[in-house]
Amino acid sequence: MTDNAVNPETCDDELEDSSLKAALTETWKTPSGFWNALSTVDHKIIGKRYIFTAFVFLALGGVLAALIRIQLAAPEARLLSADRYNQIFTMHGANMMFLFAVPVMEAMAVYLVPLMVGTRNIAFPRLNAFSYWIYLAGGLLLWIAFALDMGPDVGWFAYVPLSGPQYGAGKRADIWAQMITFTELSALAVSVELVVTIFKQRAPGMSLDRIPLFVWAMLVTSFLVIMAMPAIMVASTSLILDRLVGTHFFNPAEGGDVLLWQHLFWFFGHPEVYIIFLPAAGMVSTMLATFTRRPVFGYLALVMALIATGILAFGLWVHHMFVTGLPRLGESFFTASSMAIAIPAGIQIFCWLATLWDGKPIFKTPLLFIIGFIITFVIGGLTGVMVASVPFDTQVHDTYFVVAHFHYVLVGGAVFPLLGAIYYWLPKITGRTMSERLGRWVFGLIFIGFNLTFFPMHILGLEGMPRRVYTYQPDLAWHGLNLFVSLSSTILIAGFLLFFFDAIRSARRGLPAGPNPWDAPTLEWATTSPPPSYNFSRIPVVNGAYPLWEQPEVLSVAAGLRVGRRELVVTSMAAAEPEAREASPRNSIWPLWTALTTTVMLISSIFSPWAVVWGSIPVVVSLIGWFWPKGTPEDES
Amino acid sequence: VKACYNRALPLLAFFLLTGCAGWQSALDAHGASAISIKQLIILIVLACSVVWMLVMMALIAALRRGRTEQHWPKLDSRHERGMSGIVIAATVVTTVVIGGFTVASFFTTRALSAAGPDDLTIRVGGSQWWWNVEYVDPQPERSFRTANEIHIPVGRNVRFQLEGDDVIHSFWVPSLAGKQDLIPGRPNELSIRAEHEGVYRGQCAEFCGLQHAHMAFLVIADSQDAFNSWADAQRQSAVAASDAEAAAGHDAFLAKACASCHTIRGTSASGTTGPDLTHVGSRKYIAAGLFETSRGSLAAWIADPQTLKPGNNMPMVPLTADELRSISAYMANLK
Repeated sequence: MTDNAVNPETCDDELEDSSLKAALTETWKTPSGFWNALSTVDHKIIGKRYIFTAFVFLALGGVLAALIRIQLAAPEARLLSADRYNQIFTMHGANMMFLFAVPVMEAMAVYLVPLMVGTRNIAFPRLNAFSYWIYLAGGLLLWIAFALDMGPDVGWFAYVPLSGPQYGAGKRADIWAQMITFTELSALAVSVELVVTIFKQRAPGMSLDRIPLFVWAMLVTSFLVIMAMPAIMVASTSLILDRLVGTHFFNPAEGGDVLLWQHLFWFFGHPEVYIIFLPAAGMVSTMLATFTRRPVFGYLALVMALIATGILAFGLWVHHMFVTGLPRLGESFFTASSMAIAIPAGIQIFCWLATLWDGKPIFKTPLLFIIGFIITFVIGGLTGVMVASVPFDTQVHDTYFVVAHFHYVLVGGAVFPLLGAIYYWLPKITGRTMSERLGRWVFGLIFIGFNLTFFPMHILGLEGMPRRVYTYQPDLAWHGLNLFVSLSSTILIAGFLLFFFDAIRSARRGLPAGPNPWDAPTLEWATTSPPPSYNFSRIPVVNGAYPLWEQPEVLSVAAGLRVGRRELVVTSMAAAEPEAREASPRNSIWPLWTALTTTVMLISSIFSPWAVVWGSIPVVVSLIGWFWPKGTPEDES
Repeated sequence: VKACYNRALPLLAFFLLTGCAGWQSALDAHGASAISIKQLIILIVLACSVVWMLVMMALIAALRRGRTEQHWPKLDSRHERGMSGIVIAATVVTTVVIGGFTVASFFTTRALSAAGPDDLTIRVGGSQWWWNVEYVDPQPERSFRTANEIHIPVGRNVRFQLEGDDVIHSFWVPSLAGKQDLIPGRPNELSIRAEHEGVYRGQCAEFCGLQHAHMAFLVIADSQDAFNSWADAQRQSAVAASDAEAAAGHDAFLAKACASCHTIRGTSASGTTGPDLTHVGSRKYIAAGLFETSRGSLAAWIADPQTLKPGNNMPMVPLTADELRSISAYMANLK
């Protein structure tokens, strides 16, 4: 805003490096101060908030898991009442799926994707700010309700009729359903931003075959979100309507159907697993190149595997419903499709192994997590093949075998790569490195603790222990293993505590990281750590998939962006040829107001259908404020 | 099981041996379908263990190879092609293994559904949190109702007709067969044949609310003769009170709220919201597997059901000490 001797029309090629940086800082910065912090649209600031919030929810979900394990350590324990326990396991699942796993992957992408594709901000940055506030509001709704003893108690997939008006008393199921609305909104918003950022804002020269694999994974994931979320939106809205205004979508006595809920939920719910796993696979592919000192083997095969997984993900939801009495022939089809998804998963594993085989492994913490990931994820994938078989599944469905299976897939398959990714990218985010020595301890404790905690659950499931039981009777043969599992979980908890300690310590007192501490090949390492508000002083031009390895001395750059206003390069979708200069919005407080008014409307609608009518008025007002033209240079171009 | 002694697979041995314990275990199979599913489980688990070990060997080999030279940016194209061949071969093997599993799974499914004609039909209704059991006979007067304990003749095909009376439940006796959901508005069927006499425990497997954890039942597989005499006894009305205390209990039961929810055939008690109590004293457990049946446990349950199974649908009916004593005597008497 201030005229710092730079004409707003000046282009970046007309300035020396130092004055260019000063001018860009002036244009892109988030000034200090409370309201400025709330108004920022910088993807890095929002991304950091997103990541931090998601890890807070991870810690809270972990506390719930610990309570579950204390309760189950002995038969007929009465530490938790049935009512409290049912809230706790529902909260654990809903929190981990909707408030941690999906958002943390999108959060990493919000921070990293613009840097990895070499642009200055994410597409639709105000929508990005909005999505964070909405996510935060949804999380607070769930946890405040839980603190008030109003937490949902119907399981994270809230089957009707248990969650319906007749059996789900009070507002607990409504809170679950409305929390879904919040997380849907934020996930859809981020997905749209990512698709546009990846398609149109890549650095010149970054053609489709040069996109970092994490970015590819986020592209496929974003499309999965865009296609899967409408199903859950229909489901949760119908449930709210059944509960609030007495529709009968799911009431068999009035012509509704209880299985309809399961079809709609799992049509979303199964892709959801890949919405969590694919970003993790992308992280593995990206980090693996750095730690084997060679390009990942089979780039094309890996991209195709991501896409194939994304497509197949929509064809196997019925394997969650094998014991509901569907026709056997139809079930066999879903056995085949569920097994088939092991093929793209296998291709990825084989490509990673080939990379490790041919490369020069450097055993830093992120690589340890990748190795741990391969060991555990293959187990999770194989037990996935087991539950894809209808007869096998009739014995293990809804037992601890399935609990073990999905923790192997989600923790082994997604959280391990994520922790590796934090060790890998946190130095970029904070500018300080994490401790390699503590990192080894963190990996060791989490890897051993995880396997000792979750492997015995396979056996418990085969021994007949159903999931979601708040206790079990002493005459069943489960108490020994349950006690073992509960004791083992302390190792896992110790590992996570050490991880949080290391992350916080390093952010405050870690050693300076420098721009590229790992000698990594992708663009986010071409700028300082932490990156400046404008990401890159000059927009890089790439001519390979590993630009910092291919042009180690100095990266070629593009010129012609004005420095006095927020501008980005828009490139073509396939070849990433420069097409236009596009304005990027300035900071605005309106996304926050819009999020607040939306929150008020959504929460009040739990209590009265009229809230949708009256509550939409403030939403419209705040949207008008959001889009009101202010005559800034960005508005004009 | 041969695999139990396979030294190469100690983990698996542990897994199978521990699985041999318990009366509610998929690995302790005594029903026709549980036995064939167990065979499928062992086949797939063994094959998957081999696959996992092969992948681990490849991983260890890759990590131990100890390449020191960094040959980027010059990738050896012949070498890359060689690796492509290996990855393609591994993918083909994966596809074949997956295809094998699919076929094995399909044939097991087909074998399970070709069970033959049924000898007996039992209708099971799932309610929060107990099981309503009706033996259906073509002659209506030979049909009868009981709860939470199912007797079947060994070696016969028994057809279970399953439907949820309130929310979704799941009928699961791991030692006899895989589970099948009980869904309101959508009747399901499950055929079970016990191959050995025994007492098998089952439990609701679909989360159904507050007391999901305490919704168990027993399936008792008897010889045909023993089954017939049990069924004949169940068809009878309740036995008359044998002593003065039980007679007082009978009167108190009918005078209090008990009769509005429970049926005791042969008396005026004909409520259907709760389990049929005509022969409750003959059942091994009360309250859906919560306690073994005894006069003491009956008295404890009647005195305070909400502490023993919080949230269940049986209210605490205020009783004097004498009433409680006599009703529990009467219940225990209902053999």
